[in-house]
Amino acid sequence: MSDFTNPVEPFLRTDRMPHIWCPGCGIGTTVNCFARALIESKIDLESLALVSGIGCTGRVAGYVKLDSFHTTHGRAIPFATGLKLANPKLNVVVYSGDGDLSAIGGNHLIHAARRNIDLKVICVNNLIYAMTGGQTAPTTPSHAITSTSPYGTCEPAFNLPHLVEAAGAVYVARWTTFHVRQLARSIAEAFNKKGFSFIEVISPCPTLYQRRNKLGDGLDTMKYYKEKSKVKHGAPTSEVGLTMTGEIIVGKFVDRDRPDYQTMVRAQLTESLGDRFVEQAEMVCS
Amino acid sequence: MVERCKACGFCVEFCPTKVLALSSAFNSKGYHPPHVVNPEKCSGCDLCGMYCPDFAIYGYKLETGQAHVATAASAVHRAQRGPGNQSTGVEDEG
Ligand SMILES: Cc1ncc(C[n+]2csc(CCOP(=O)(O)OP(=O)(O)O)c2C)c(N)n1
Ligand code: SF4
Ligand code: SF4
Ligand code: SF4
Ligand SMILES: [Mg+2]
Repeated sequence: MSDFTNPVEPFLRTDRMPHIWCPGCGIGTTVNCFARALIESKIDLESLALVSGIGCTGRVAGYVKLDSFHTTHGRAIPFATGLKLANPKLNVVVYSGDGDLSAIGGNHLIHAARRNIDLKVICVNNLIYAMTGGQTAPTTPSHAITSTSPYGTCEPAFNLPHLVEAAGAVYVARWTTFHVRQLARSIAEAFNKKGFSFIEVISPCPTLYQRRNKLGDGLDTMKYYKEKSKVKHGAPTSEVGLTMTGEIIVGKFVDRDRPDYQTMVRAQLTESLGDRFVEQAEMVCS
Repeated sequence: MVERCKACGFCVEFCPTKVLALSSAFNSKGYHPPHVVNPEKCSGCDLCGMYCPDFAIYGYKLETGQAHVATAASAVHRAQRGPGNQSTGVEDEG
């Protein structure tokens, strides 16, 4: 029966396995969903580029057998934007952590959404800066204990779906690592959207977030996701903020259309230059 | 594959028909990988494969190739078998 293989296997650099992620970490689960989405969407892998920033999630770029780039901290979106503008035929995926995308990379996130750059952003939100020891992130829920807030976080957290919708994203969804089939479907759906798509995946970091907050291990967290998640497609994103132990609203929140950045560039130049506007020469993916 | 398992228990907990249990055997890193306890209940749905953060398990459906039983494709599970497990007709990836 050796012709049966794990569906994720062809997308992995198996020589790098086992990976560094801790037992019960959710990042690997998101990679399974991503692989299933690639299979389902029948996307041409030659046209695909995956870009990560720095962090535990950022390691995805090093584990996938795809054209991938592990950029500097916070700069996955600008690097991906450059790829997409230089070679518009590429399907560019940004795969990174909540800290990378919304703290050090926060401005890139909102401006890429505002410009509607055609990127598929998968944000693994473990509510913390995991790789560096569990510091408070902009996504850490109020009262949570972290290495930089031993008496509890006093800051209000970013509600990422609300943030990116307000900034202009055309597709916004949230799932947890419990919702594997829904997550795979959302990723596949985002491949069919033109414009800035953002998928948040709430994911356990048992080692640094759950442990300090006495929330159990990875499996306990998965059971919490199962019990406390509520699917509300089209929910107003202003109402989907997260708390430490409360309800998690999941679903597809935003699915709308507006011209993406390159369409706007072309329209503006055609309007201003008329016949003098010449389309950029086509590039070959190689 | 068995060596990749870190015994998180996701596959055991979320298998819809409770096919799996963590075994008492160890892999070389000292984790207890799952083994198949109810092979006849496996539908090959591959939920265990989607959950496994360590890419250490997956399910699949086995086609019989016979038209009259096309809807009754038998399901097998390719899980890890720790030493001392019962042989249950389950595939071993090695
Ligand atoms: C310019 C710079 N500043 C800080 C760091 C240290 N650093 C590495 S990863 C990280 C946070 C990662 O958090 P997140 O993006 O949420 O990823 P996670 O590890 O949680 O998956 C930080 C602050 C760095 N590598 N580079
Ligand atoms: S530190 Fe947290 S996010 Fe990083 S690998 Fe471990 S569990 Fe996963
Ligand atoms: S493939 Fe079999 S063992 Fe795996 S989750 Fe499905 S029914 Fe359970
Ligand atoms: S096979 Fe995978 S999901 Fe199951 S216990 Fe091992 S690491 Fe966890
Ligand atoms: Mg994080």
